[in-house]
Amino acid sequence: MTIATLSRRTLLQAGSALLASTALPTFAFAQDAASGGRLVVAADSEPKNLNPAIVASNGVFFVASKVIEPLAEASFEGKDGLAPRLATSWEGSEDGKSVTFKLREGVTWHDGKPFTSADVAFSALNIWKPLQNLGRLVFASLEAVDTPDDTTAIFRFSRPTPLQLIRNALPVVSSVVPKHLYEGTDIATNPANVKLVGTGPFKFAEYKPGEYYRLAKNENYWNKGEPKLDEVIFRVLPDRAGAGAALEAEEIQLAAFSAVPLTDLDRISKVPGIKVISKGYEALTYQLVVEINHRRKELADLKVRQAIAHAIDRKFVVDTIFLGYAAASTGPVPKNAPEFYDASVPTYDFDVDKANALLDEAGYKKDANGTRFSLKLRPAPYFNETKQFGAYLRQALAAVGIDAQLVNADSAAHQKAVYTDHDFDLAVAPPVFRGDPAISTTILVKSGTPAGVPFSNQGGYANPQLDEIIAKAAETVDTAARTELYKEFQKLVATDLPLINVAEWGFITVARDTVDNVSNNPRWAVSNWADTALQS
Amino acid sequence: MLLIVVILTFGLLESASGDAVDAYLLSIGGGDATVAQALRQAYGLDQSMMARLWVYVSSLATFDLGWSIAFDRPVLDLILERLPNTLLLMGSATAISFGLGSALGIVAGAKPESAVDRTLSTVSLILYAIPSFWLGLVLSIVFAVQLRWLPTSGIETIASGKEGLARALDIARHLVLPVGALALIYMALFLRVMRSGMAEAWQLDFVLFARSKGLSRSRIVLRHVARNALLPLVTMLGLQSAAMLGGSVVIESIFAIPGFGRLAQEAVGGRDAPLLMGIIVVSAVLVICVNLIVDLVYAALDPRVGASESAG
Repeated sequence: MTIATLSRRTLLQAGSALLASTALPTFAFAQDAASGGRLVVAADSEPKNLNPAIVASNGVFFVASKVIEPLAEASFEGKDGLAPRLATSWEGSEDGKSVTFKLREGVTWHDGKPFTSADVAFSALNIWKPLQNLGRLVFASLEAVDTPDDTTAIFRFSRPTPLQLIRNALPVVSSVVPKHLYEGTDIATNPANVKLVGTGPFKFAEYKPGEYYRLAKNENYWNKGEPKLDEVIFRVLPDRAGAGAALEAEEIQLAAFSAVPLTDLDRISKVPGIKVISKGYEALTYQLVVEINHRRKELADLKVRQAIAHAIDRKFVVDTIFLGYAAASTGPVPKNAPEFYDASVPTYDFDVDKANALLDEAGYKKDANGTRFSLKLRPAPYFNETKQFGAYLRQALAAVGIDAQLVNADSAAHQKAVYTDHDFDLAVAPPVFRGDPAISTTILVKSGTPAGVPFSNQGGYANPQLDEIIAKAAETVDTAARTELYKEFQKLVATDLPLINVAEWGFITVARDTVDNVSNNPRWAVSNWADTALQS
Repeated sequence: MLLIVVILTFGLLESASGDAVDAYLLSIGGGDATVAQALRQAYGLDQSMMARLWVYVSSLATFDLGWSIAFDRPVLDLILERLPNTLLLMGSATAISFGLGSALGIVAGAKPESAVDRTLSTVSLILYAIPSFWLGLVLSIVFAVQLRWLPTSGIETIASGKEGLARALDIARHLVLPVGALALIYMALFLRVMRSGMAEAWQLDFVLFARSKGLSRSRIVLRHVARNALLPLVTMLGLQSAAMLGGSVVIESIFAIPGFGRLAQEAVGGRDAPLLMGIIVVSAVLVICVNLIVDLVYAALDPRVGASESAG
């Protein structure tokens, strides 16, 4: 959720907090003075491979982003929405076939070796492109990386690759790892994938499986005066109630990624010394989506899809399931991607009569029991909210005469049933919008993805017109023209409904008041925390 | 015996939809078909079920527990890392529930149907009926969050650098709540068995004889009635040790203790066949060991169980 999509009340709160932090001199003083200390944070998963260059996922970034840095990080204020990290500037060529990165000087790896353009070239060609889950797509046509000197890396592409995409993807796909530790080894099983070596503000110190990760201050960090903290500890708390209790007992100081369940937020926000923050997740917006299996005759009918869209009360979903910590969606691009977002798409008001009329029109009359047809509905089990929405959708569909059979399964079984076996009619999914539609959004609707790929179009939908827009945008170098194509893309998706976008949300951070500089960038939880501090 | 356990587990896990690669791809937020293919190949998941079972069983025969897919580490390492925590948790919970349960059972059984007996029986039944997650959470809220006497979770203070006795005390402090929650629940079982055993023993001839001899009541209770009622309790202990190994999942999750139960849960979620089977094999061996010990104790307690019987 972003500042742009929040309810007004939360928006005002966030705004005043921001004002207070800059306006009050005492507060500002505290932020400067605070230094040192150990920040203990709740973590709910322990990725087996912690290397963000290979696994670009939020679970990995949460810990690894403090140790291994990308070329640039997302930023609220920076040009193009970026703040430089290991790269200080980037420039694309006219033909879109090369991007030149100027790299930061005087950076050393945690083991003392200097960081150079060779590390960037190695990471890009040997890891991001061939091995990384998202990089395989973004760097698909990367051919070579020239390194004329130690601080210049020129990426050369075989086909025009939009700078806009590269820019938007940088925070996620460009984690640089040391060449000298990976070269000539089996990258997938390299011990440095667990015991990370990077250039970041914190060094990887210790991992006790099932208990914690400990990161220690990097005394030689390139940005003098940072990091503020001496240590960051990620404490593994698997139980949903555990993080809240540990925060109240002051055993941990921060819980990100909604580790404190939404239903507890109201109570915990009243506990003195604890703040609830909904900022800081703008660049990792999750979307609540109804996936549709177009192989079902009824669902292949646009009128039926429109009827389903009209049957869903988005306001109810936002207010009751997300307790206000979400926004209603209009299409496949969330509002907090203002660069691409287009509000002028067809929308579907909550209108049961209209839904019924559309279904009648489509020729699916109600039988004696008031039922038109039955469907198999599979809600994804990854979030409480996806499961709850599944239960809601069943009721909402019943109101228009569609009998949805709810099938709940655990993660692995859900993945197999929906994305490999296509054993569903409707499914509820939470895909992520990662700053650019080409990274993980167009794959949700374009055709031609083989079975077995999670978070992709497995509903058998194929629309040549949409495929063409997506293919064209992938090669359009001009930023304005490319943005225009994605606006067309949004309109077409909202019109033809290959899937139904219901709501979009970011996560919630709960922290003790003593933690300063929380949520000050759009990917805060997965950024480097160099300026995060503890008041003593 | 172990082979049957292994094959059954393998079949069960195989019948669950989705494999380890499905679970992994989800955890990293997606990936393309080539990645999935490469991973399946790397873990041998592209081979037939019988082929994989054969590979597993034959390596097991050489005491090789295999490689965990979900953790990318040797199964044996994972188990050895987690087992001590669970043994500590379950061992202390069993000891306390056994000790407290039998002691209270003696109190209750000393005078069956008395007010004391009824109160103890009711309270223990209520405790037994409480779900362990609820009791765990309530204890944690009261003693860790509100009163702050004890830590909310974990097995020891993080990166405390404590050694020796200080560390042992620290671990003990962390174990008070989880062990308390488990012990309170399991205590009821021992209390009930002890009490009913004693109630029965009061009717037996040798107790009548002891009473007619004019022995003091306390001597009758302890030497004759209680000792006789202890036998089924020991049997119960053997059975319970198995149940406790599995029953700790919830408590381990709530109190964030890296133990065996949680590992098993993660193994199922990650469709990690080698790890889950490793856990089951080790559990089976443990249960067999405990029952062997129980049999030996039995022989010591009951002179009728002779050497010939325990050997058989």
